[in-house]
Amino acid sequence: MIYLDNSATTQPDPEVLASFEQVAREFFANPSSIHQFGGKAEQLLHAARKQVADSLKVEPAEIVFTSGGTEGNNMAIKGIALEHQDRGRHIITSEVEHPAVYEACQSLEKLGFNITYLPVDENGTVSAANVKRAIRPDTILITLMHVNNEIGSVMPIREVGNIAKQHPKLFFHVDDVQGLGKMPLTLKNSGIDLCTYSGHKIHGMKGTGILYVDKRTRLFPLMHGGEQERALRSGTENLAGAVAMAKALRLIKQKETDQAKRLQGMQDYLRSELAKLPGVEINSPADAAPHIINFSVPGVKPEVIIHMLGEKEIFISTKSACSSKQKDESKVLAACGFESSRSTSGLRVSLSYENTQAELETFIQALSEAIQQFKEVMR
Amino acid sequence: MEAIYLDHAATTPMDPRVLEAMQPVYQEVFGNPSSVHSFGRKARQWLDAARRVMAGSIGANEKEIIFTSGGTEADNLALIGTAMANRDKGNHIITTVQEHHATLHTAEYLETQGFKVTFLPVDESGSVKVEHLEQALRDDTILVSVMYVNNETGVVQPIAEIGAVLRDHQAYFHTDAVQAFGLLDLDVTELGVDMLTVSSHKINGPKGIGFLYAADHVKLQALQFGGEQERKRRPGTENVPGAVGFQKAVELAQKNKEANQKRYQHFRQLFLDELRNENIRFDVNGEETATVPSIVNLSFPGTNVETLLMNFDLDGVAASSGSACTAGSVEPSHVLSAMFGSDHACTTNSIRFSFGSYNTEENVTEAAWRVARIVKRLTER
Ligand SMILES: Cc1ncc(COP(=O)(O)O)c(C=O)c1O
Ligand SMILES: Cc1ncc(COP(=O)(O)O)c(C=O)c1O
Repeated sequence: MIYLDNSATTQPDPEVLASFEQVAREFFANPSSIHQFGGKAEQLLHAARKQVADSLKVEPAEIVFTSGGTEGNNMAIKGIALEHQDRGRHIITSEVEHPAVYEACQSLEKLGFNITYLPVDENGTVSAANVKRAIRPDTILITLMHVNNEIGSVMPIREVGNIAKQHPKLFFHVDDVQGLGKMPLTLKNSGIDLCTYSGHKIHGMKGTGILYVDKRTRLFPLMHGGEQERALRSGTENLAGAVAMAKALRLIKQKETDQAKRLQGMQDYLRSELAKLPGVEINSPADAAPHIINFSVPGVKPEVIIHMLGEKEIFISTKSACSSKQKDESKVLAACGFESSRSTSGLRVSLSYENTQAELETFIQALSEAIQQFKEVMR
Repeated sequence: MEAIYLDHAATTPMDPRVLEAMQPVYQEVFGNPSSVHSFGRKARQWLDAARRVMAGSIGANEKEIIFTSGGTEADNLALIGTAMANRDKGNHIITTVQEHHATLHTAEYLETQGFKVTFLPVDESGSVKVEHLEQALRDDTILVSVMYVNNETGVVQPIAEIGAVLRDHQAYFHTDAVQAFGLLDLDVTELGVDMLTVSSHKINGPKGIGFLYAADHVKLQALQFGGEQERKRRPGTENVPGAVGFQKAVELAQKNKEANQKRYQHFRQLFLDELRNENIRFDVNGEETATVPSIVNLSFPGTNVETLLMNFDLDGVAASSGSACTAGSVEPSHVLSAMFGSDHACTTNSIRFSFGSYNTEENVTEAAWRVARIVKRLTER
């Protein structure tokens, strides 16, 4: 099997699994329980939180364990909106956000919030100048993704962070689900108040995630109950999941430093090989994140290619997994200004550090054959 | 000294067979169920199989099962989700004073959003009265939420009776069955419930997953937005390994239901007999015959809950006061306060012992013996 759909989800790292299983076996208690079983569980939760904080170079009190990226995004966006609506009801985001951000914003529109959806250029990026221009006195939140999940475009988070700093009354949330471990992003003194991460995208466990919440930032909780996670996220803690998340984060950060070149090299290879294939058009910008490359084969239904590759146990994807049930075109490719023959035929290859050059060669070969075969049938 | 776990109502150890069932998922079926390729579809099949088992365990249709991150989220989704989506039908909600905080605090939040909430009382038996519900019910009631088994006393609530009362009323009926699952028969049609909450980690499954049953006709607004997962009622990449582990836990719980009932009944009797043999003064909180066998809540006159818990823990008996604890201090139980009044002594001298998979005849007897020794020491002064 050649798995090239790592932006949809990744295979858990064996070390992460081992941690998960060990904790599930040996530290099953509820961290809120005050007996020794609970005490040990609580200590371990502290340790996991500390490890995450160290990896992200923030404080342990700024880490909230969640059930994943969708919850993190919703918690940040709805949490800011509901907590700070007296101050203003305007939110700035972009047209190419993941549905977890986009639809959270739309749900707030129904509650009377005002949302500005900023356009992107042909490279799929929002301009910091546009963000600045969109800010109004009643703006309470800017929410932007770091790396786009479909085409890998990278948003100017640093610049927007600096702009946000000049407006101390508004909050800045970043959806870094796709950037984590692939594109370094500093949180400290960055102007970022909230940042979402998901475990299953970095070889961690499904059902785990992190929301970074700057210690001065107040949020209204999505869920009410036992007031775990500083009352920001009630519900019995998924301790084994939290420990697994901390481990996955540490491992991916290591790889981000050690293997950045190799990952970039694999993408460069794909880019140059795809460019050689007749009928293939590359949609990802030249400066995309190193693990995502999106391309179209206009005139060929993407599902057909997915299927033909699937028969050879090669897995790539169309649009993001979450919206791939919608038959229409890719919202992201359309927002970049691609004509419909291209925006309806997008394919995404997404890499992990586990992929090899040999796998990519096999993929290119198989893709080339698939296109060839299709063209012959259609002739 | 070997520590003995008597706090299964707080959480349970994962069954080794559950972990085993999850392993192939990580290794072979790690795809995203929403992916169109065959690898994703395989994950979807496993998820659907798990969903069918959940549905079968409560006599529901698989479409009516919404996987969540746990019991708390399911309770929040049930309450906030129906309240917000059905405002046009009315503004009144009924629940009880003794709900778990996942329900209680959510109901309080809904009050701040302009809903009128009636909190039904409980008497010393630990049960709500159907008459009280009938009195509280109004034409504009849109939701009734009553837990099936109280997590502190173990008292079983009259869910089927309430379901019958509500059969011809517009109000949706939600029950938090987190403490009932695996010990009581749960058939949503017989009970007449429209929504039901289950949490995996209370039945020897993995943490971080649970489900809300919501009948097809229930109008529900999601708590979080994003992809199309769980038919848009709970977006977010599905926790497939969690669901498969949960599935195994449900299968085991169902298969062993009667055996477990007997086992825990025996443990509880053994525990109480041992305390009585030692001539310890105690009272059982809540109607003893109306509780699930896994939970017993005891009041030890002349003692104090914090001292008790500390000494139990030192002697290796892990029990709890049944209420959430903030930074090491034990708040008086809202459940016992509701039953006996907040100034009653038992609100500050009661302990919940809950039996489960960790226990054996030997360690239950041993625990009773340790408890007796401590209580004697603390009261013979
Ligand atoms: C950019 C982005 N944000 C958020 C999410 C949602 O994360 P999760 O699948 O953990 O809910 C995803 C992945 O689906 C994503 O790619
Ligand atoms: C009756 C009841 N409802 C809800 C919950 C919350 O479930 P979870 O811990 O899965 O969030 C619990 C346990 O804490 C409970 O005992």
